[in-house]
Amino acid sequence: MSYYDFLFVIEVLVGGLLSGVMYSLVAIGFVLIYKTSGVLNFAQGSMVLFAALTFVSLVERRVPFALSLLITFAVMVALGFTIERTVLRPLVNRSPMTLFMATLGLSYIIEGAAQLIWGTQVHGLDLGIDDTPFEVGGVLISSFDLLAAAIAAAMVAGLSAFFYWTRIGLAFRAVADDQFAALAVGLRLPRIWGTVWTAAGFVALVAGLLWGARLGVQFSLSLIVLKALPVLVLGGFDSILGAIVGGLIIGASEKLAEVYLGPFVGGGIEGWFAYALALVVLLVRPSGLFGQKTVERV
Amino acid sequence: MAVQALDTARLPVDWAKLVQKLALPTALFVVAYGVVPAYASGYLVEAILLPFLALSLAAVGLNLLTGYCGQLSLGSSAFMAVGAFGAYNFNLRVEGLPLAVTMILAGISAAGFGVVFGLPSLRLRGFYLAVSTLAAQFFVQWALTKFGWFSNDNPSGVVSAPHLAVAGLSLDSATGRYLLSVTTVILITVLVSRLVNSATGRNFIAVRDNETAARVIGVPVLKTKLLAFALSSFIIGVAGVLWAFTYLRTVEPAGFNLDRSFQILFIIIIGGLASIRGAFLGAAFIVVFPLFLSRLGAFVFGGLFDSGVLDMSQRIVLGALIIIFLIAEPNGLSALFDRLKRRIGSRSS
Amino acid sequence: MIGASLGAAAYERAPEISRILAGVGPVEDTRRARLSAKADAILTLNGIGISFGGVTALSDVDLEVKSGEIRAVIGPNGAGKSSLINIISGLYHADHGTITIDGQPFARVPANHLARLGVARTFQNLALFGGLSVRDNIASGRVHTRHASFVEHIAGLPRARREDAMIAEKTDQIVAFLHLESVADRLVATLPYGLQKRVELARALVAEPKLLLLDEPMAGMTATEKAEMAGFVRAARDRHGVTIILIEHDIGVVMGLSDRVAVLDYGRKIADGTPAQVRADPAVIQAYLGTAEGEDSEGI
Repeated sequence: MSYYDFLFVIEVLVGGLLSGVMYSLVAIGFVLIYKTSGVLNFAQGSMVLFAALTFVSLVERRVPFALSLLITFAVMVALGFTIERTVLRPLVNRSPMTLFMATLGLSYIIEGAAQLIWGTQVHGLDLGIDDTPFEVGGVLISSFDLLAAAIAAAMVAGLSAFFYWTRIGLAFRAVADDQFAALAVGLRLPRIWGTVWTAAGFVALVAGLLWGARLGVQFSLSLIVLKALPVLVLGGFDSILGAIVGGLIIGASEKLAEVYLGPFVGGGIEGWFAYALALVVLLVRPSGLFGQKTVERV
Repeated sequence: MAVQALDTARLPVDWAKLVQKLALPTALFVVAYGVVPAYASGYLVEAILLPFLALSLAAVGLNLLTGYCGQLSLGSSAFMAVGAFGAYNFNLRVEGLPLAVTMILAGISAAGFGVVFGLPSLRLRGFYLAVSTLAAQFFVQWALTKFGWFSNDNPSGVVSAPHLAVAGLSLDSATGRYLLSVTTVILITVLVSRLVNSATGRNFIAVRDNETAARVIGVPVLKTKLLAFALSSFIIGVAGVLWAFTYLRTVEPAGFNLDRSFQILFIIIIGGLASIRGAFLGAAFIVVFPLFLSRLGAFVFGGLFDSGVLDMSQRIVLGALIIIFLIAEPNGLSALFDRLKRRIGSRSS
Repeated sequence: MIGASLGAAAYERAPEISRILAGVGPVEDTRRARLSAKADAILTLNGIGISFGGVTALSDVDLEVKSGEIRAVIGPNGAGKSSLINIISGLYHADHGTITIDGQPFARVPANHLARLGVARTFQNLALFGGLSVRDNIASGRVHTRHASFVEHIAGLPRARREDAMIAEKTDQIVAFLHLESVADRLVATLPYGLQKRVELARALVAEPKLLLLDEPMAGMTATEKAEMAGFVRAARDRHGVTIILIEHDIGVVMGLSDRVAVLDYGRKIADGTPAQVRADPAVIQAYLGTAEGEDSEGI
């Protein structure tokens, strides 16, 4: 392999890792909710769409950037608590499958509402980030991707700090560990769930802005849920670390596969390659790379 | 000997009960083969009955897997696609293959796919399995678009359905296609209802309700799951043939997307999980509901209610209905129907 | 009395003891050696140990169950009783030791062949099929005797019908035996808890097992229900000759019911013998009085 081939591999790899971070960003939102309530929240993707669409529409109506951000966050908080109240609470103690199907319905509502309120046209979103690639040792790196990765890292650090050092964070971890025990010691689950959905809404907002800046804010934004699912499966539904590592693995291997495997099968394999990869991992480790292995209690 | 003893014990036939039991099937039969072909308008058949029948059958298939056996699948439309393209290619490449054989072979192809994508169910549970069925969805759609062979190298990827005939009798007219559809659906539904009420069907339910207990009492769990995947995919595959051949009259990968898979899942949630009647009620609802909503919207909002608004409000109402049914009536329309019947019954007596 | 006569019988079979001792390795407890010497053991556990994520649930547990006896395994919460029953039924795999069921030795009991080995069990938390009627739940206990394929079921071919009729007959017998006639056609999920427990016993009994494992069959029941259940368990042994292993948390219930009692504490067997012997054992008194729960000591 020549030096330039090597550089090319590195470039593909770096590009893949950076886009993997973007996948992780969405996946983390899932993990937060799954850990506390055992719900695989299919509506996470539509929450990303909803957040981005709300934000961009506000900005387009000449609301200042910071205020738009604040308003959107407030809307996501309201959404989180509304979902807790109207969907989760009536379905408490029902099977995880039922809850999953409910979030499927929820995603339809949020998608429909977002577009009914803000329209279906594609919005450009300019975060004022320069996207000229720069060169490090002969490898071209997108500065936007790098910034996105930095923001994602900061967000993970922030969330970790929140969950380790605040009272509500402690409660969150208690609930994640054992719902019944947490209930028994008097933790108020509804409030914790509301908070977690808010946190997931915040993650959705960040993901929505970054993805929206890259792809434009439009309906297809909600489809990134489909990109995040294999990441979750690979990393394990209940591990934030898994979501990050899974995202990196899938981002990198997807790009490498597209470049080196794609030509042999006619390309376009990014739609299912991540799933195939995740499936292979699952067959070896049925709870993903970092997921908790559950002991069957009988 | 025990069988004989039981049979003779039941000899005195309760005629009233028999009449009551046969009344509904007879009425349905008369409507399906008498009233509809004679009186139904072309619009009713083409726009409502044909999609209703194909979706009902797909929902019966998914219900077998998800409702009865408890294995959530998000890849139904992939199996419909395999069935549709399978039938197209069998018909194209094997000279003079009878339509019934074509459909059975298409179903078997879909069943084969179902078993392959059902294999992970032997190790995976719950969401991990649901996600893996998405792999089927994306892979099949990709393969059908990517490899021109499947659509006979047609540049647009959209091919017309072949001429339909049974024993030399052309079924290309709307009524002909309807008769093909309704006969297929009735036949399969009768077999499925016998299956779910048999020991095999009870094994499905046992695996769904408590897999560990099922294993311990000797239910062959792995075999049962694969059988559920195979039978379900077979039926969904045949439904795909009906969808493409009798309703759309074209075969193309685009129609068999994730939204279609969700639609079929919604049908069984709204109609009622683990209920065959629910599959039909749910499908009827899903087909009629957008028409109803557009009429209502146009009536209330007039010109404001364009197709975009219709599409969005349809999504919202559908999503809300899913949640409402899950909360208030987990057994779906089928249970509502039962309650209504009981109320009418108690009033008349 | 049972313990004494058992001991005497075992001493007369000294050669067998030495043979088994040679196979098992050093055994400290002579009483344990005596018990494992019985020739008509339907179940023998040898040096069973298991741990979950570093926490030892069971270590070096031996147990021998004679054909036709009611054998109780008791102990405070977390003593490893459920782990033991799950190992015997193949749901957990022991890290150490062997299990011999009816002469067949296993390192791991194959759970999916359990029924064919002649073993049936009930679960601590109900494990019924909520979507099936009481009758269908019970009938499912004989599923391992079915051979007809799904095609035969759909078509209603003779073999499928014959199996259905045979199983229906057995089911009717058990339904009558456990007095479940009045609820037989109801969905099992609609029954009160105590009756559901009884349906689970019925599902296990209909398989006509040689060995029946009952995991806390009386947990959460009222005193009346407990007495009723104890009656059914005894009748099952007396009428059907089934060997029973009874896991119980409540020491009082088992004393009157069982022939022999093994006591687990912190994953170890601390006593084994007749109810009278166990009752008098200082280690048992220590283990039970050591726990905070008063009800446990009631039986002593």
